[in-house]
Amino acid sequence: MALEAQEVERIAHLARLGIDPDDIPDYARNLSDILAFVELLNSVDTCGVEPLAHPLEAVQRLRPDVVTEADERENFQSNAPLTEAGLYLVPKVIE
Amino acid sequence: MHHKTLVELSAGLRQGEYSSEELTRTCLDRVALLDKQLNSFITVTEELALQAAREADARIRSGEAGPLTGIPYAHKDIFCTRGVKTSCGSRMLDNFIAPYDATVTQRLNDAGAVMIGKTNMDEFAMGSSNETSFYGLVTNPWDSETVPGGSSGGSAAAVAARLVPVSTGTDTGGSIRQPAALCGITGLKPTYGRVSRYGMIAFASSLDQAGPFARTAEDVALMLGAMAGFDPRDSTSVERPPDDYTGGLNKSIKGLKIGLPEQYFGEGLDSGVTAAVEAALDEYRKLGAVITEISLPNSQLAVPAYYVVAPAECSSNLSRFDGVRFGYRAEVPADLEDLYKRSRGEGFGAEVKRRIMIGTYALSAGYYDAYYLKAQQVRRLIREDFMRAFEQVDVIMGPTSPSAAFRVGEKSDDPVTMYLSDIYTIAVNLAGLPGMSIPAGFTADMPVGLQLIGNYFEEAHLLNAAHRYQQVTDWHNRVPQGYE
Amino acid sequence: MDWETVIGLEIHAQLATRSKIFSGASTRYGAEPNTQACAVDLGLPGVLPVLNEEVVRMAVKFGLATHSTVAPRSVFARKNYFYPDLPKGYQISQYELPIVHDGYLDIELDEDTVKRIGITRAHLEEDAGKSLHEDFHGMTGIDLNRAGTPLLEIVSEPDMRSAKEAIAYMKKIHSLVRYLGICDGNMQEGSFRCDANVSVRPKGQEAFGTRTELKNINSFRFVEQAINYEVERQIAVLESGGTVVQETRLFDADRHETRPMRTKEEANDYRYFPDPDLLPVEIDQAFIAEVTLSLPELPDVKKQRFMDDFGLSAYDAGVLTATRELGDYFETVVESSGGQGKLSANWVMGELSGALNKAGLEIDASPVSAGALGGMLRRIEDGTISGKIAKQVFEALWAGEGTADEIIESQGLKQITDSSAIEGIIREVLENSPTQVEQYRNGQEKVFGYFVGQVMKATQGKANPKQVNELLKKMIND
Repeated sequence: MALEAQEVERIAHLARLGIDPDDIPDYARNLSDILAFVELLNSVDTCGVEPLAHPLEAVQRLRPDVVTEADERENFQSNAPLTEAGLYLVPKVIE
Repeated sequence: MHHKTLVELSAGLRQGEYSSEELTRTCLDRVALLDKQLNSFITVTEELALQAAREADARIRSGEAGPLTGIPYAHKDIFCTRGVKTSCGSRMLDNFIAPYDATVTQRLNDAGAVMIGKTNMDEFAMGSSNETSFYGLVTNPWDSETVPGGSSGGSAAAVAARLVPVSTGTDTGGSIRQPAALCGITGLKPTYGRVSRYGMIAFASSLDQAGPFARTAEDVALMLGAMAGFDPRDSTSVERPPDDYTGGLNKSIKGLKIGLPEQYFGEGLDSGVTAAVEAALDEYRKLGAVITEISLPNSQLAVPAYYVVAPAECSSNLSRFDGVRFGYRAEVPADLEDLYKRSRGEGFGAEVKRRIMIGTYALSAGYYDAYYLKAQQVRRLIREDFMRAFEQVDVIMGPTSPSAAFRVGEKSDDPVTMYLSDIYTIAVNLAGLPGMSIPAGFTADMPVGLQLIGNYFEEAHLLNAAHRYQQVTDWHNRVPQGYE
Repeated sequence: MDWETVIGLEIHAQLATRSKIFSGASTRYGAEPNTQACAVDLGLPGVLPVLNEEVVRMAVKFGLATHSTVAPRSVFARKNYFYPDLPKGYQISQYELPIVHDGYLDIELDEDTVKRIGITRAHLEEDAGKSLHEDFHGMTGIDLNRAGTPLLEIVSEPDMRSAKEAIAYMKKIHSLVRYLGICDGNMQEGSFRCDANVSVRPKGQEAFGTRTELKNINSFRFVEQAINYEVERQIAVLESGGTVVQETRLFDADRHETRPMRTKEEANDYRYFPDPDLLPVEIDQAFIAEVTLSLPELPDVKKQRFMDDFGLSAYDAGVLTATRELGDYFETVVESSGGQGKLSANWVMGELSGALNKAGLEIDASPVSAGALGGMLRRIEDGTISGKIAKQVFEALWAGEGTADEIIESQGLKQITDSSAIEGIIREVLENSPTQVEQYRNGQEKVFGYFVGQVMKATQGKANPKQVNELLKKMIND
C-alpha cells in the first residue's frame, strides 16, 4: 500500500516529528516499501490465533508498597535543558 | 597481552604476571592507536578505567577477585553508566550524562570488570550495519570498506580488533549475532528475561535482550554469568538463578541432535556462507552430533512481523525524547509543538524517524488490528514452529547472516534490503529464545558466522556445543590484518 | 419541549499508597517540586515500571465493594500522546482488559427512593504531573511529583438523570473509597476528581444526544454547577436550532460556566497497545479471598445493621453511616453508653453534630470523645442526671472539664432521688404558695405545672422529674 504525502504528514504530526518538506517524498516511498513488504503477513491465516505479546507469557510480579527512592532532583536536573525553581520549563501551555 | 582471552588474562592477573592497570593501559593504548580507523568507541573513559583497574588490583591482591575482576571491557553505548555520557548513538542524547547505572553496568562493576569506554552503535540500535550512528560508521576490522554489522557494531569490531577481550551488546533482531558473524567473533543473545533490561535504553521492549561478545564461547560464558540474573526493577526479568555456564563446557556432545531448518538454506543465501556452514556442520558430525533437517514453516513471516512489532514499540518508547527533561532541545522554540517537532526532528536520524513513523502508523486508529494484532498472532505461529522443532532436536543451527560483511553504503538506501540481512536472526527474538553466533570460516577472506539456537534457558547447552567446536577449530583465533 | 438529562461520571480516585504505582518514590502531597519524581517517574532513558501490590489490592477491594467482576487477568496498555506533564509520552493505563468491571452502586434519592447506578469499569492508571502556569518568563513550569501516583478511574454507566443524582452517586463513591481506606478523598488536593459526560435528549427519545465532557470539576458544588450550566447551555443550543458539538469543556469556577478546551483534539489518536514492559496481572481466588477478609463492613450493610440492632430509622442509619469515622464514633458511643442506640443516635446527630458544625470540625477532631459521650449517656440512663442537665454536662465535656462523672460530681449536678429530701422541698413550696394550692384544689389542674417548676427551680433542676410528679400529686391532695 502506497502512502500519500498527506498521510506521511499526519503520521509525522502524531509522532511530533519535524520533517523537512523536501524529504517527504523519500519518506513516503520508503514507508510504502516497508508497508508493502509487511503485507506478506496477510499470506497466513491467523483466525483464532491468540496474539503473543511476550515470549515467555509470564505474569506480572508485584512490588511491595515501600518507598525506596530518595530525592535526586539535582542529579536528574543536571541533564535538563531548562529548569527554574526545581521545575522543568517549557513554552507556555494553553489549556 | 591483547591476544589473550579473558580466561587467560584472568589467570595472569591472579598470578601477578601483570596488573589490571597495565592490562587496562594496554587496551587504552590500542584504542588510541587503532580506533581512528575503526571508530568503534564513542567515548573512552580513560581516567575512570584506570581508577577501576587500580581498585581491581587491590581486590586481586586481597584475594577477593572473581573471574572478571580487572578485565577491561567495552560497553555498548545503550547501557546507562552513571556520570558517563550515554548517547545510544544519537544526536538526541549527545549531551546526556546518565544519572544512574543500568543493572548490567552495576553487575559488571560489582564483578570488578573495568569499563574502558562506550561503543559505537546504530542510532537507538536501529540498524544492521552501524551506518545510522550519529557518530559515524564503524568499519569492519577485516576490511575497512565493509560494515561490521549492527546494531552492536562497535562492540563487535572492538573485540575482533583485539582492543578489548570482551564487550557487551544488545540484540533486538540480531544486533549481537549478526555483527559477531560479520566480525568473526562469538556473541550470545540470551533467553528473553535472562538479563535485566533496566537501564538499557529501550528500542523494542518485548524483543530487546543484552548479551556478551568475546572471541571464545568460554569467555562468553563467564561474561554471561556476570550479566545474567533476576532484577526486581525489570518486570520481565525472570525469577530464576542463572545456570553454571562454564561447568558444562567440556561435556561431550556425542548424540547431540542438531536441526537444520530447510528455510535457512534456501534462496538468498550466499554460496560461500553455505559452504562454510556446511563445513562447520561436518565438524559437528565428527564430534558425534546427529544432524537432521527440520522445518520452521513460518520463517518467511518473521521479518515482516518484526517490522511491525519493533517499530510499534519503538514509536512509543522513543516518545520520552521530547526536549523537556533531558537530551537534545531545539533552539528557541516558538511554542510547545515547535519544541517537540524540532527537537525530535533534529535529534533523531532518518532511520529512527522512519521506524517511529511506521510504528505510529501501525498503531493508529483503523490499522491496529491489520498490523499490530496480526503481527502478534504471527509471532505466536513462529514460536510454535520452534516449540515443535525442539520436540525433535536439541539445538537448531544455520547461518547467522545470509552473506558476509557487505560494503559500506551498499544497502543504506534501501531499508527493506537492509532489514533482510537479519532474516535468520529475527525469529529468535520474536520467540524470545537464546541464540549464538560463532566464527565458522571465511568466504572471500571475510568471516562467516554459524548460528546456534536453543530452547528457553538453554544457554549452557549452546555454550557447550560452541565450546566443543572451538576446541577442534581455530576460526575464532584468526586475527584481522593490521590488528595483530 | 421537555428535555431529559443524561449523565455519566468518570471519577479519578488517587489510591492511598505510600509509594507510586510503578516506582518506589513517595506519594506524599505537597513536597518541593520534582523532589519526589524518581528516575522511573521522569521516564529517564532505560527505566522500567514494576507494579505496586497495594494498588492491585485496593482495586480489588473496590471491585468487591461494588458488586463488580474482578478480572482474573487484566492488562496494562499505553495511551500515547504528547504533553509536558506526561514524561514518557504515554500514560500507562488499562484499556481493553480493566481490573474491575460490570458492577453497581445504589444511591438514595430521598427517604424511599433508591436508584441503581451501573459501574462500567474501574481501571488502574498512573497520574500525570502538574503544569504550573505562573509566569516563568512566559513559560510553563513542570512539576512531576504527582507523576506516577496511582489512580483508580471509576467509569459509571450513563444512568444519572440530574445533577442531584450525579452528586448523590459521587458522594456515595466518595464515602465508599474512604470506607475502604483506598483513597483519602481530599478534593482540594486533587485526590478525588471528577469528569462528567453530559447530554440531553427530548423526553421519551431512546437515543442519546451528543455529549460533552466536563473537566476540572473538583468539588461537589462545582459538579452540580457545571452540570446544570451545561444542561441549560445544551438545551439552549438545541432549542435555537443548533447542534451540540462533541468536545471537552473546562469548568470555570469563577464564572460558573463551561468553555471549550483550547488544546486541539483532532489528534486524539491514542494508539493504545499492551505495555510490553509489564506483564498481564493475574488475580486468583486465593488473593480475592484474602482481600475479602480484609474488607471493612460496607456502608449499606452497616446501615441495615444499625436499623436492625438499634432500631434506628433508615434516615438516621443513613446519616450515621455516611462516613466510616462517624459510624465508628457512633458505635463506640453506643457501647460505652451501655447499649443505648436510640439515645446515642439522638445525641450524635443532635447536640454533637450541631457543636461540630458550629466549630467547623470533622468527627475525628471532636473534642468530646465517643467514650466520654457514651459515659454521659449512661448517667442519663441510670437516672443520675436528667436529659436537661445532660446538656450542661455536654458543654463541660466539650470544654474539656473532665469526664461526665467528674463534671457531675464537681458541679453537683447529680439528680436528687431521695424521696424525703424531695418531700421536704415540696412541702416548702406548697407552704409558700397558698393561693395556688387553693386554685388547684378548686379544680384548676394546670397550676400543677407551676408547682413542678418551683420544685425544679429550688433544686436547680436536679430533682428527678418523675419522682417530683408522683410525690407532688400525693402531697397536694393530702
